[in-house]
Amino acid sequence: MGSGHGHRLHYHGHSPLHRAPAHLKLVGLLGFALVVVLTPREWYAVYAGYLAVLLVAVRISRVPPTYLLKRMVVEVPFVVFAVLVPFVATGPRVDVLGLSLSEPGLVAAFGLLAKGTLGVLASLLLAATTEPADLLAGLERLHAPELLVQIMGFMIRYLDVVTGELGRMLVAMRSRGVDPRSPRHWPVLARTLGALFVRSFERGERVHLAMLSRGYTGRMPR
Amino acid sequence: MTPVLDVRGLAYAYPDGHAALRGVDLHVHAGERVALLGPNGAGKTTLVLHLNGIHTPESGTVAVSGLPVEKEHLAEIRRRVGIVFQDPDDQLFMGSVRDDVAFGPANLGLRGEALEQRVLEALDQVGMADFRDRPPHHLSFGQRRRVAVATVLAMRPEILVLDEPSSNLDPASRRELADILRGLDVTVLMVTHDLPYALELCPRAVVLSEGRVVADGATYDVLTDDALMRAHRLELPFGFDPRVTGRPTGPESAPPAG
Repeated sequence: MGSGHGHRLHYHGHSPLHRAPAHLKLVGLLGFALVVVLTPREWYAVYAGYLAVLLVAVRISRVPPTYLLKRMVVEVPFVVFAVLVPFVATGPRVDVLGLSLSEPGLVAAFGLLAKGTLGVLASLLLAATTEPADLLAGLERLHAPELLVQIMGFMIRYLDVVTGELGRMLVAMRSRGVDPRSPRHWPVLARTLGALFVRSFERGERVHLAMLSRGYTGRMPR
Repeated sequence: MTPVLDVRGLAYAYPDGHAALRGVDLHVHAGERVALLGPNGAGKTTLVLHLNGIHTPESGTVAVSGLPVEKEHLAEIRRRVGIVFQDPDDQLFMGSVRDDVAFGPANLGLRGEALEQRVLEALDQVGMADFRDRPPHHLSFGQRRRVAVATVLAMRPEILVLDEPSSNLDPASRRELADILRGLDVTVLMVTHDLPYALELCPRAVVLSEGRVVADGATYDVLTDDALMRAHRLELPFGFDPRVTGRPTGPESAPPAG
C-alpha cells in the first residue's frame, strides 16, 4: 500500500526532448500519428522509416528502451486481435510455416500492428519526457476546451487516491479469504468496483464542496 | 461588539425529513478558540456547512461579522469563513501545493505578485513554504493537513473552522498542528472528538447533541461535568483526566507539559 510516487510513465531526465515545450511535443505527436494512420499499408519501407525516426527520438531522449518496451504491454489486446486477423479473414490464402493464412488478412494485420506500435511508442515517449502538469499546460496553450483540461487535471490528481483506495479494498477482500483473481470470486470483485465508483462519486461531491467553500463559482481562476 | 459568528435559532432538516439541527444559538467573538464537541450524528458537520452557506437554514439566521449568510453575499461569506475539511485529499485538488493554496485567493480576484505573496505567506504560517512546487499527493498525511489549513489561511478568513483537525495524525504531527494553530492570530471553531486536543487548544467548548446546544462554557468545566458528559455520549480517553492536568491558566490555554 502507501502512496507510491505517481510517475509511472514519466522518466526523469534533462534531454532536449525533455526540455522541449509540451505544446510542440503534443502537436508533433498528433501530426506523427495522423501521418502514420494515413500511410497506405503496403508502403512497408516507409513504416521502417517512421520506426527509425522514433528510435532516433528515443535515443535523443536518453530514456532506456527497456523502460518503454515494458510499458508497451498496453498494446497486447491489439496484438492478439491482429494475430487473429490472418486466420479469420477471407480472400486468397498463402501457406506460412504450414498454416493457411489469408493474404489480405496478413496485410491488414501488418497495418494494424505497425500503426498501433508506432502510435503507442510515440505516445509513451511523450509521456516519458513530459510531466503531467506540463502536458496540461501544453493543452491549455493549444486552446483545448478548458473543461476537458480541468477534468484531465482532476484525473491525474486523484488517480493515486482512487488506486490507493482500490488497493486497500483488495487487501481487505484477500484478508477475508477472497482471491480477486479467481473467476469464482469475480462477482465479489464486480461489487467492489461498484463500491469504488460510489466512493469516488462521493469524493467528487466532497471535493466540489471544498471548492465552493473557497469561492469557486464554476470557472477555474487563471 | 459584533460577534464573528452569530447563529440564532438555526434549524435544518435533511430532504429525507431527518431533523439535524433544532434551534442552535451560538456566538463566537473575535480571537476566541472554541471547540465544538458532540457525539456522532449530533449535527456538527451540518452546522459547519451552514456557516458558509452550503446549506440554507430552514429557520433561524447565521451572520458572520454582521454580514448575513445569504445568496448575494456568498463570495464574501466564503472568504470570511475558512473551512478545513477532514480529508485533506478532498481539499487539495490541484497539481501543486502552490496552485492549491492559490485557488481561494485567485477566486477572490488576486493575480500576479499579490497572489504569489499571499500564497507564500499562508504556506509560511504552516511551515510548508519549501514544498510549494510539490504535488499534494506526494506529501505525508500531516503535511497535507497543514497545506489544507494554508489553502484557507490564504483567503485571510475571519474565522477558521476545522473539522476533526487531529484525526489520522501521528502524535508528532498532531502536536505540530497544535503549535501552528496556537500561533495563528485568527478566531477558531474546531469540531473534534479529541477531547485532550480541545482542552489543550480551546479555552471554550460548546456541546452539540441531537441538534441542540446543551452546554457552552470553559472547556475544563465541560470536560469535568461528569453528568453532562455521560448524558451526551462524551467520554474522556483512557488515562486522560483534566483534573490531573489541571485547569489551563491564563487567557491562552497552555499545553499540559509545555
